[in-house]
Amino acid sequence: MSYIVTTEKLNLWYGETHALKDINISIPKNSITALIGPSGCGKSTFLRTLNRMNDLIQNVSTQGKIIYNGQDIFDKNVDVNELRRNVGMVFQKPNPFPMSIYDNIAYGPRTHGITNRARLDELVEESLRGAAIWDEVKDRLKKNALGLSGGQQQRICIARALAVKPEVLLMDEPTSALDPISTSRIEELILNLKEKYTIIIVTHNMQQAVRISDNTAFFLLGELIEFGETEKVFSYPKDKRTEDYITGRFG
Amino acid sequence: MKKKRLFESAVQGIFLLLGLITVGCVLIISVYLIVSGIPAIKEIGLFDFLFGREWQSTSSNPKFGILPFILTSVYGTAGAIVIGVPIGFFTAVYLSKLAGKRIRAAIETAVNLLAGIPSVVYGLVGMLVLVPGIRSLFNIPDGASLLAAIIVLAVMILPSIIKVSVTALDSVPKEYEDASLALGATPVETYFKISVPAAKSGIAASVVLGVGRAIGEAMAVMMVAGNVANMPSIFQSVRFLTTAVASEMAYSSPGSLQRNALFSIALVLFLFIMLINAALNFFLKREKGK
Amino acid sequence: MNGKRKFYTFFMRGLMYVCSLTTAALLIFMLCYITVKGAPNVSWKFLTTKPSYLKGNIGILPDIMNTVYIVLATLLIVLPLGVGAAIYLTEYAKSKKTVAVIEYAAEALSGIPSIIYGLVGMLLFSANFGTCLLAGALTLVIMNLPTVMRTTQESLKTVPQSYREGAFGLGAGKWRVIRTVVMPGCIDGVITGCILSVGRILGESAALLFTAGFAHALNGILSGLTSSGATLTVALYVYAKEEGEFGVAFAIAFILMIMTLIINMSASLVGKYFAKRRRV
Repeated sequence: MSYIVTTEKLNLWYGETHALKDINISIPKNSITALIGPSGCGKSTFLRTLNRMNDLIQNVSTQGKIIYNGQDIFDKNVDVNELRRNVGMVFQKPNPFPMSIYDNIAYGPRTHGITNRARLDELVEESLRGAAIWDEVKDRLKKNALGLSGGQQQRICIARALAVKPEVLLMDEPTSALDPISTSRIEELILNLKEKYTIIIVTHNMQQAVRISDNTAFFLLGELIEFGETEKVFSYPKDKRTEDYITGRFG
Repeated sequence: MKKKRLFESAVQGIFLLLGLITVGCVLIISVYLIVSGIPAIKEIGLFDFLFGREWQSTSSNPKFGILPFILTSVYGTAGAIVIGVPIGFFTAVYLSKLAGKRIRAAIETAVNLLAGIPSVVYGLVGMLVLVPGIRSLFNIPDGASLLAAIIVLAVMILPSIIKVSVTALDSVPKEYEDASLALGATPVETYFKISVPAAKSGIAASVVLGVGRAIGEAMAVMMVAGNVANMPSIFQSVRFLTTAVASEMAYSSPGSLQRNALFSIALVLFLFIMLINAALNFFLKREKGK
Repeated sequence: MNGKRKFYTFFMRGLMYVCSLTTAALLIFMLCYITVKGAPNVSWKFLTTKPSYLKGNIGILPDIMNTVYIVLATLLIVLPLGVGAAIYLTEYAKSKKTVAVIEYAAEALSGIPSIIYGLVGMLLFSANFGTCLLAGALTLVIMNLPTVMRTTQESLKTVPQSYREGAFGLGAGKWRVIRTVVMPGCIDGVITGCILSVGRILGESAALLFTAGFAHALNGILSGLTSSGATLTVALYVYAKEEGEFGVAFAIAFILMIMTLIINMSASLVGKYFAKRRRV
């Protein structure tokens, strides 16, 4: 199996707080990895480290390596904007820009220098189809994206992330703000995206982790406690703490 | 019980009166300006008044054309906006998005101080620094000119532009910026392509506010613009709508056509301001409605 | 990243720095220039004497006193009016339309330039009472009404609805509820409104030139209010523009700048103090 992201002894501090401790993990290509654990366990921090979104927060320092496609992403020569283009992100709260649906999707490609109208049209359609929302919005691409429902907005955000052709998609509790019907549509979409992309998803919802993920990583207090195939982690947890968590004894 | 109810409705009546006092003030101001502004316009003729190119209020054959004042006010305000808005805008983006906490606090304190300094102080500094500076730099006989007024006005509108724009930029949700960064845009690209468009109503409001302040300013302009009723030209002494009123009011005799014409000028200025207010309201409502 | 994007980022970042530096330079220049030109001319004698042509002396005590009188008179009148209007808006007004009309009127008032206030004040007040500080104060009342109303209104909005309901639940009449529960809650808004108004009165010149006049006589408060007098700002204008006494003008400018600084600081201190108290 080939790994797309590998971390080696990854440590992270917010000021004095040691938020990630010696994380070693290898994420296989074209798989869905779920990150679970109680609030404040470091799973979201870990996710945001993978595309260096934490760079923007003051007082954050990191140690260790994250190898992506054979290169350490903390290396001086790495263009962080290029990294974020390849490692896309979908956020907890749907956050389409306050502009038209079309402009939302085209924002990424335009940023990376694509101005050809026909090419943009093509990319927009492809991305919206990829996020399974083309049929719902194809007649109102010029309308403001904020007029859509929460679930539709989240799929617009996924489409927006797809439009820059990433390899990896990071998702930070993408369904926690949505109703059950929208949630199941997004889950279905995530399962379909696995063919082309590697997906790492933070979730609070244990059923969701079981339903969609191939592998599960359990974080607790900044440590990676257990990582393995989802079925095994949930059926035969190796660590007592994992067992306590998935059986609902805390968190 | 009945007495108590009577008392309560009396109190309510008093508060109603107090509540309506602002409306009363606006009405009184409008009525006074219209009533005292109309007679001169009637006597001079609306067209000759608004589009007459000469103002000679004290000559034996007086002429009351206020086109020079209108154009000076428009050019002066436009010039102040052209200079002040870009500087204020980029400073606001810097303060809201890029500046460290300490630098931001220092600049904001100074900007607030600048906003509170009386306009005559700007006029004073302009008189002693700008006017001689322009005279020697461009080698003209008198530095008191439209250019000096434009620069003073540009500096005066800077604080309101910065403050209102910073507030608008601060309130852009962080999620928008995160999303843009996660797509691989640089922070600078994110500020100008996402944050600024998202704050555009507030920024537009800051510009309109600046227009209102520039067009209504009297004393500072009076001190640096030379105050001669010329058609506007960048190096000439000029008179604004506001200074036209202020400069002759003291010595015009009540009831004369000269004084009545000054009221008519004030009426024109008032109409300008009302238009600007309407525009401001429009932008602020849009900002709130988001 | 391609060259075009690099250039864009570099260029926009550069513009931000250049403009911020320009702003900062302007700020520093203004503050230093006024201080250097003004501070040396401020002396105890300057502050405590009146001008005399015979002695060749210029002192600004009358202007300071006029400023104090006009501030007191204005606040005394504008506070009840502004606070009352705010109470009407938050406690009594039922129709949204009335509120909208009143708020629109207040916005319109705050947008009117001071020269127009000067004219209307001259027609309304000076025509009746003569050119005097009282006429000036009444003009300033109209100018500051929106400010006091708005700040009071904002602080009233933070009085929890449950307080009012609690008082009504005890059978208190509306006026009693307002007096005992609502009014104490608006004290911070009133103070903020006062501070902002004082700042605006200090800075005003165009509205006062034709209403309050520009005499430099030293008066008591009552005779002061009924006679013509210049506030500090008006005096600055007169000394600079009419008499060419730039040293005096800069000394006044320096004093006004210090007072603006004090006003800004007290406004933010008051804001912080009440924000803290509210949280507790």
